[in-house]
Amino acid sequence: MKINRKKMFKFLLFLLAAAGAVIMIFPFVWMVSNALKENVFVIEYPPKLIPDAPSFGNFVRAWTSNKFQLYFVNSAITAVTSTALTVLFSAMTAYSFARFKFRFKEFLFFTILLVLMVPDMITIIPKFQLVKTLGLRDSLWGLIVVYVAGGVSMNTFLLRGFFESLPKELEEAMLIDGGNYLTVFFRMILPLSKPALATVTIFSFMGNWDEFTWALTAIDNPLKRTLPIAIYSFQGQHGTEWGLVFAAMLIALVPIMVVFLSMQKYFVSGLTTGAFKG
Amino acid sequence: MSVPVFVGTLIIPENWSPGMRVSLKQQRKIIPYAFIIPGLLFFIIFQLYPLIKGLQMSFYNWSIMPGKESTFIAFDNYARMLQDPIVKLAFKNTFMYAIVTVPGQMFLAMAAAVLLHNLSYGKGFFRVLYYIPVVTSWVIVSLLIRYLFNSPQGLINYYLVEVFHIIAKPIPWLIQAKYAMVPIWVLGIWKGIGWSMVIYMAALNGIPQHLYEASAIDGANGWHNFWKITLPLMRPTVVFTLVLLLIGAFNVFISVFLITGGGPAQQTEVLLSYAYHQAFDFLKFGYGSAISMTMAAFLVLASYLQMRFLRNPDETN
Repeated sequence: MKINRKKMFKFLLFLLAAAGAVIMIFPFVWMVSNALKENVFVIEYPPKLIPDAPSFGNFVRAWTSNKFQLYFVNSAITAVTSTALTVLFSAMTAYSFARFKFRFKEFLFFTILLVLMVPDMITIIPKFQLVKTLGLRDSLWGLIVVYVAGGVSMNTFLLRGFFESLPKELEEAMLIDGGNYLTVFFRMILPLSKPALATVTIFSFMGNWDEFTWALTAIDNPLKRTLPIAIYSFQGQHGTEWGLVFAAMLIALVPIMVVFLSMQKYFVSGLTTGAFKG
Repeated sequence: MSVPVFVGTLIIPENWSPGMRVSLKQQRKIIPYAFIIPGLLFFIIFQLYPLIKGLQMSFYNWSIMPGKESTFIAFDNYARMLQDPIVKLAFKNTFMYAIVTVPGQMFLAMAAAVLLHNLSYGKGFFRVLYYIPVVTSWVIVSLLIRYLFNSPQGLINYYLVEVFHIIAKPIPWLIQAKYAMVPIWVLGIWKGIGWSMVIYMAALNGIPQHLYEASAIDGANGWHNFWKITLPLMRPTVVFTLVLLLIGAFNVFISVFLITGGGPAQQTEVLLSYAYHQAFDFLKFGYGSAISMTMAAFLVLASYLQMRFLRNPDETN
């Protein structure tokens, strides 16, 4: 009898969790439902969850229209380049902070930390001026340099803690055996830090792929748009043709969902190490 | 002098030749600088400099037109802020956003975390579902919310009026100022739950099981356990999420920018959206910078307090 009550209780919990999940994904369900309805130019009322004649027409139209593929490529170039540079430079900087003594080390680290506390949005006005002066407006490089700079300070901070937790003895052994610091860094530190580097890579990539505000500010030329900007202006152009807009959004979501679903274990560890080291 | 040459002379000893092995002692002098330079250059040029520049701009009637002089006006931009009714309103809206969404996220995330923690199956599956809004870009969810809260014929109105019969007439969500912040709050809470929840779940996992076993012997129930064991032990985690969520809340921008655009009639403007509109719509770069710098001062203070809390969690108890 008692066991049954316990089972009932567990089942009730499961139902509650399922109800919560319905609320959490409710907007996405409608997004998918609308994306499957072709040629709907006004908001349906009453709305229908199950489309009468579901089709992928909106996806095809979104993908083939309005230089969407170009925007996808722009986003990919920007996100991949800035992520690669961010991971490399922040690992190098963090290694330097973790293992060497040099002048102004702690002062520098403190400065980085202080600036890190200022959100990117705060300096968007002077950044715009700077990038304009450097001639990087309307260029993907104008996005990349800013993303890398933001990523390096953040991740230097996270990786320094991780590198410091690695045992020094291994490095010393490798140096005695005739290795130098470059081989130590590339052959030992980086391979040993795969989980931390993976976390940094994932979070940088997702942040760079989705970045909206800076891209909106720095890019005017429609040929240099990244996906978030493209979707924003796509919505502006196609007003109430939500099916088409949602199809475009779902395509933009694919890389994020692939990364998220395949790299899940790093999300939890990333959040919790960020929680207790940050 | 180009950058690579400069870097080269700094890190390579004078008597260096190809194939020569640099002694470890020399390496220890060179490597830290060589490794730090690329990252540091990015940091100085695109992080530190803009911050200083922004501070400078906030003291100027900044002109973006080439050839037109910017004039130094000391604290005029800051003085103007104090008299600007929209700044007051934006401050109030930002503050209200924090007051509503931070406790909202924390409470629901805690409830969800305890719920999922006690599931015997499906824990990982539900965690993924609850986390999906977190990883979805702000642009997508903001436009999605705008669609859902369309009025009069949006989905939310449809559910409220036709399905659940909670209200008789559709609410003019994005049209009337008094309702327009609601979709923005809903989005802030809904998108954030998963983040705090995953952190809380990790903290729940870290609570030793024997504490609950001991209290079960004493006849305690689940509710009692939560208040007497779970919550006190999670206190550092809760403080951590509180501070980060507060900082995040004061950073609210994209959702406002995309859902209401600060409208109707600037009534839903928050500090960052107002600073942005001042700079990029009205070209008041100096004034926009002054608003941003004021916020930066608040946020640095908040982060500093957070670090104090986190560095010494014992002191806070």
